[in-house]
Amino acid sequence: MVNYQTYRRWTDRTMVFLCGTAAFLAGIPLVSLLLYVLVQGFRRLDWTFLTSLPTPVGVSGGGMANAILGTITLVLIASCVGLPIGIFAGIYLSEYGKKNRFAWMVRFTADVLSGVPSIVTGIVAYTLIVKPMHNFSALAGGVALGFMMIPITTRTTEELVKMVPHSIREASWALGISQWRTILSIVVRTAKNGILTGVLLSIARIAGETAPLLFTAFNNQFWPKGINEPTASLTVQVFTYAISPFKDWQDQAWTGALVLLLLVLSINLSAKFFFKNSRSLLR
Amino acid sequence: MIDELAEKEKKERKPVEKEPKNEPRSDSRKIEVAHHEPDASVKKVKMKAEGVCAWFGTKQALFDVNIDINEKAVTAIIGPSGCGKSTLIRCFNRMHETVPGSRFAGDIFLEENSIFDPRMDPVAVRRRVGMVFQKPTPFPTLSIYDNVAVGLRLNGTRDKKTLDEVVEKSLRKAALWEEVKDSLQKAGAALSGGQQQRLCIARSLAVELEVLLMDEPCSALDPISTSKVEELIHELRQNYTIIIVTHNMQQAARVSQKTAFMLNGKLIEYDSTEKVFTNPANKLTEDYITGRFG
Repeated sequence: MVNYQTYRRWTDRTMVFLCGTAAFLAGIPLVSLLLYVLVQGFRRLDWTFLTSLPTPVGVSGGGMANAILGTITLVLIASCVGLPIGIFAGIYLSEYGKKNRFAWMVRFTADVLSGVPSIVTGIVAYTLIVKPMHNFSALAGGVALGFMMIPITTRTTEELVKMVPHSIREASWALGISQWRTILSIVVRTAKNGILTGVLLSIARIAGETAPLLFTAFNNQFWPKGINEPTASLTVQVFTYAISPFKDWQDQAWTGALVLLLLVLSINLSAKFFFKNSRSLLR
Repeated sequence: MIDELAEKEKKERKPVEKEPKNEPRSDSRKIEVAHHEPDASVKKVKMKAEGVCAWFGTKQALFDVNIDINEKAVTAIIGPSGCGKSTLIRCFNRMHETVPGSRFAGDIFLEENSIFDPRMDPVAVRRRVGMVFQKPTPFPTLSIYDNVAVGLRLNGTRDKKTLDEVVEKSLRKAALWEEVKDSLQKAGAALSGGQQQRLCIARSLAVELEVLLMDEPCSALDPISTSKVEELIHELRQNYTIIIVTHNMQQAARVSQKTAFMLNGKLIEYDSTEKVFTNPANKLTEDYITGRFG
């Protein structure tokens, strides 16, 4: 009896110790990555970096203002492509596609698509837009990122709209509110914060993509004149600078990485905030 | 089978009925019946169900139910769990058909018109025949004001003044106005359970409601909130036709003028509440009311 209890206590302690160690090990890469980027990137992080164009090698100063603007442009174009399709497809799957074959296919395709390597999405956008238009452009890059957003937004929207209790729909029907009104004004409105969370997370996900931009948006050392021009982005700029042999450019690459990290982190944090609110409303 | 049983019971009871009926029964659970106007029979018929059968998949939930619902009166439907009472009232505003795999046969009339007429839009039916559910279901993201106004707003009323008026009138009718008039912009979900249920009633009253279906409206409420909702039912009876499904027989006796007893998807007995609770014609009704089963 006593022996058995001792045995149990020791098993318990060993397991807690093992799990704790694993958790600690999992934290090491994350913390060291954050610290390293912070230390390395902080050296060049100043107002000039955020507001001026890249300078030729050897000329001091210079920054990534055009790349920051480029990333924002690309995300906006991607959102215009990906969000409407993704959100409405998600609503369709949740409200009309419980059991039909078509919905099953859409769901399956979305799951496969979200696992497709991003460079493949880049090739598709290259074939669809860059080749016929004969130049790299922000449009092509945005569309490539938009393609990546569709499956993510579709599936998160579907899950979040499904979370709205059925009783809410019935209550709305019982008031003589039509089906489409119920969906748009009651159900989607109830799931609004959750959907917003999904949207922000998908934006955070694509903002850090490099591969699909390499041969769609390409790169640019100047302010873009429009979305039909090659455009710099933080990720591609970091990539270009990081593999360059110049110390100054390498430092700037770190700072670019830091800016990107802060951008994605703040999007993630606001997503967390919205999700917390949406959960409390669904109680 | 139940029908046969019921028939048999009737026959067996026949000789007994010749005996003087007025002596009080020796019930273990005697239920007091409020004495409402006795002339419930002169009332106009507001809704009428004819040969209603309903299925969920292959399972039949209702068997040939015929019932007349009086206008501006409270009709209670009682019976054990799973007897089909909720299914029946969900047929009255065509909510039954929203369940995947459900089927319906028979006909239901709202005044002279069949609600299953192909020219009748179920959405329009539901605007006239509203429903309050077991669990209060205020729309979680909407304020108290918007919860009441939403039915009108989503059907096209935009005028702020009209909406203000309707919201106040509906909340007053639902006996909630005094409690919430200073916090109309607060979330509807922040109210107490009883207040939420009255908010749901107010929400139904805001559209052009004629018949209010209540599916066990008090089963999730505490006794004080329950008595408030019951008082409210008394008030609403002046202007609306009410059908209430309830597990609580005392409640049925307190609030209704007519009572229907259902068992296994069949309507066993339907008569004035006083008659059903003091002198039921059917042995099954008596057994249920005196607590011998259910």
